[in-house]
Formats: sequence, structure tokens, C-alpha cells
Amino acid sequence: MQMQTLQFVKKAAPPWTAGTINTPAGSVFRLSSDWSRPDYWGMIKSRSGAFRMNYAVAPGLYAVGDPTKDSDVFVTANYKLTFDMLRRELKGMHAWILVLDTKSINVWCAAGKGTFGTDELVNRIAATKLETVVGHRRLILPQLGAVGVNAAEVQKRTGFRISFGPVQAKDIPAYVRAGYKKTIEMRTIRFSMLDRLVLTPMELNPAMKKFPWLAAGILLFFGLEPQGVLFKQAWFGGLPYLVLGLASVLGGAFVTPALLPFIPFRSFAIKGWLVGLLAVFAVHQLLHLPAQGDTMAMIVSYLFFPVMSSYIALQFTGSTTFTGMSGVRKELKIGIPVYIGASVISLLLLIALKIKEWGLL
Amino acid sequence: MGAPVKYLANVTTLTYAADKCAGCGRCVEVCPQGVFEMRDKRAAIIVRDLCMECGACARNCEFGAISVNAGVGCAAALINSMLTGGEPSCDCGGSGSSCCG
Repeated sequence: MQMQTLQFVKKAAPPWTAGTINTPAGSVFRLSSDWSRPDYWGMIKSRSGAFRMNYAVAPGLYAVGDPTKDSDVFVTANYKLTFDMLRRELKGMHAWILVLDTKSINVWCAAGKGTFGTDELVNRIAATKLETVVGHRRLILPQLGAVGVNAAEVQKRTGFRISFGPVQAKDIPAYVRAGYKKTIEMRTIRFSMLDRLVLTPMELNPAMKKFPWLAAGILLFFGLEPQGVLFKQAWFGGLPYLVLGLASVLGGAFVTPALLPFIPFRSFAIKGWLVGLLAVFAVHQLLHLPAQGDTMAMIVSYLFFPVMSSYIALQFTGSTTFTGMSGVRKELKIGIPVYIGASVISLLLLIALKIKEWGLL
Repeated sequence: MGAPVKYLANVTTLTYAADKCAGCGRCVEVCPQGVFEMRDKRAAIIVRDLCMECGACARNCEFGAISVNAGVGCAAALINSMLTGGEPSCDCGGSGSSCCG
């Protein structure tokens, strides 16, 4: 959805609203707590990475149920998936939702960038005249917003005191019932297999976008003969290596993330390398490689493909909930020279292989 | 889902000066990794290696007791910053929301 059309959509009452209520600061949309088909479809599209951009709702104040001057104010991001999860979890409650302009990005990432931040919150409180809508001076923020919001500064500038609520919206009802107290489960991020699986499309997608380049390189290499590029040679010689390439992408972008805690070693690069190694071994067994006892080609497969899987697995650090910058930096410091080295040696071996094959030596 | 998954040991830049702690408990409230606990009215680091350097504690410590070199633990962002010389950020090409879940 384009930002320009949002204003229009807002005036025309979005499908996820259920009327309006009047406040001293003007008319405010009341939200429906139920998801309709476009909401589910939007979730699938944004999770798959196909149409991730600009999945947004208009920033501002919204109502859930029949909130009064004493009702809680929950602050959230304007990424529609985040907003949808919050309104669904607040079903049956009477509350206000203050949506910040995070450029259609979720709380965690927006807080890291600073768009879910102190200034935006202070400005949004002013723009919505929140102090006229509620009598109290309390805000409940998603805990992960703390990366971008300095609670003390917000209180100094607006008078509103911030409580950081649970990490996940689904824990809000229990948090409120417990008198705004969090259990340790509510304040720590879990990273379950399901959490990891829903992130894998975003790992596979970019890797597969680059795959045609690798495939073209492999086919060109096998097809290249003194008399030109031969299609038949390219296909029959290259096919096993295309399979090896696919296995490495799957190993790094799917198997490693999915089985993360069960793969030995803490380093993502090593985890990805191990999975890649197993994948290459499995493909060799299945396809009865190497053909014609070509050990040189086998050395290249074992050298290059696990390293490729390792590199792809390392990208998953960007989606995890527990990897820090210093750790990733350490991995890259060792990893990048290894990746470059292995690729260069693989290329040299392949050139040597071609020279031998053509009988130039 | 069982114990939290641990990342590399002894790499975090987190530092904590207990003598500056006023015992407000904000760090315990904001840390998503359960690094801090309150012990005798003061915060204490209980599992340092779980720190993911998000920076929430340092940003919200009014007493300047905590510091951490906060940043994204994302290989793509770090590689990008090495290539371009900029600060590592989640903007891995295109407009923002492409890499964060």
C-alpha cells in the first residue's frame, strides 16, 4: 500500500475499523479485534517477503473497545503486521493505541534505527493531543522499543511515565491482569523452531535470487570446450553441481536456521559449514559422484559448497534474536578471508581442471 | 523452548559499574536476554554472554552505570558497512524493511 493512498484509506474507514469514537482531541477510529481475510493475506505476503514494503497503517491514536480517560495507552509501530497482532491481543479490553510512524517497520528493527524512538514518541504524543484524551500520564511500550526510547527523557519532556510491557503482544492480557508485572518469560525473547521457520523465506529468497549467477557459471564452465560452449556438455556435466549448489543454499538458508540449537558450535559460520559439508556428502552419495573418478572436481565441491553454505548461514545472524555485533564481527574477521580464499582456490583448481581436460598440459 | 541459545562467549562490549546503580530496575525491565537481575536492591549481571548488544539497558539507565557498544548483530549489515565505510545498519539495500522480520 502506498503512503499517499493511506490518507485516503483512512478517511474512507479501513476494513479493520469498527466505527469512530469522539474524544476531546477529535474523532478516533475504533479498531476491530478480529482479522479479516485481507489481514491474513497481508501477513502471508509480508512474511514471504514478496510484498514487504510499505505494509503500513497511518500513525496516530486509535481506540479499542470503549476506552475512557483512565484507560491504558499502548504504543506500537505502524508496520501493519505488528499493529494487527496488537489489536488482536487486546480483544475485549478498553484501551488506546498510539501508533508511531516507524516507516512500516516492526518495533524491534525500528527501535534499532531510532524511528521507534524518543523524538518520534514525544512528537506523536503532542500531535495526537494525548494529554487531553487521557487523564493519567502512563504509557505502555513494547519492551523491544526500549532500544530506541529513553523512558526518562520522554517523562522529562512530556510528563508521561513509561512502562515497558512484555516482548510479545500475546502476553499483554496476562501482564495487565498481574498488575503490570512481567514474568521472566514475558521479558525474554524466545526463539523457537517456529519463530525460526517463519524467517527462512527471507533467507531463501535473497539466496535464490543470486543462484542463477552460480548456475550460469557452472553451466558455462562445463560447456566450455575448445570449439565453443556445448549445450549437452554443459547440461550433463553441470547438473550435479547445480544440485550441489541448491543443496548448499538449502543447508545454509533453511536447515541451519531451522535446526540452529541442535547443530554443534556457537559460530553460525561453523554451523553452516557443517550442514553444507553433510549436504555435499549426501548429494555425492545420491548422485554417485564423482563421475569417472574425478577427484579434482570432488575436492572443489568439498572446498567450495560447504563454504557457500557457511556464508549463507552467517546471514541468518541478521534475523536472530540473540547475536550481537561484536560476535558477528569476530565471525566475519575469520570468515571472510576463508570464504575468499576457498573461492579463489576453487576457481584456480577448476581452471587447472579445464586445462588438463583440454590436454593443454 | 528450553534454555536460551547462546552465541559466542566473551565478545560483548557490555560494561556495568555497580557503584553507580540506584536500583531502579530499568535494566532488568528492558533486557530481552535476561542478562540482569536485581540482587540486594542493585542490578547484577547474571549471564553476561547472553548479551546481544542491543543497547536498551544503556539507553535507559538514568545513572550512567551501563555502557555497551550497541549495534546490529547482522552479517549483511556489517559486510555492507565494511564495503561502504558507513555505520552498520539494517538498511541492507533498498528501503529498510527488507531484512528485519
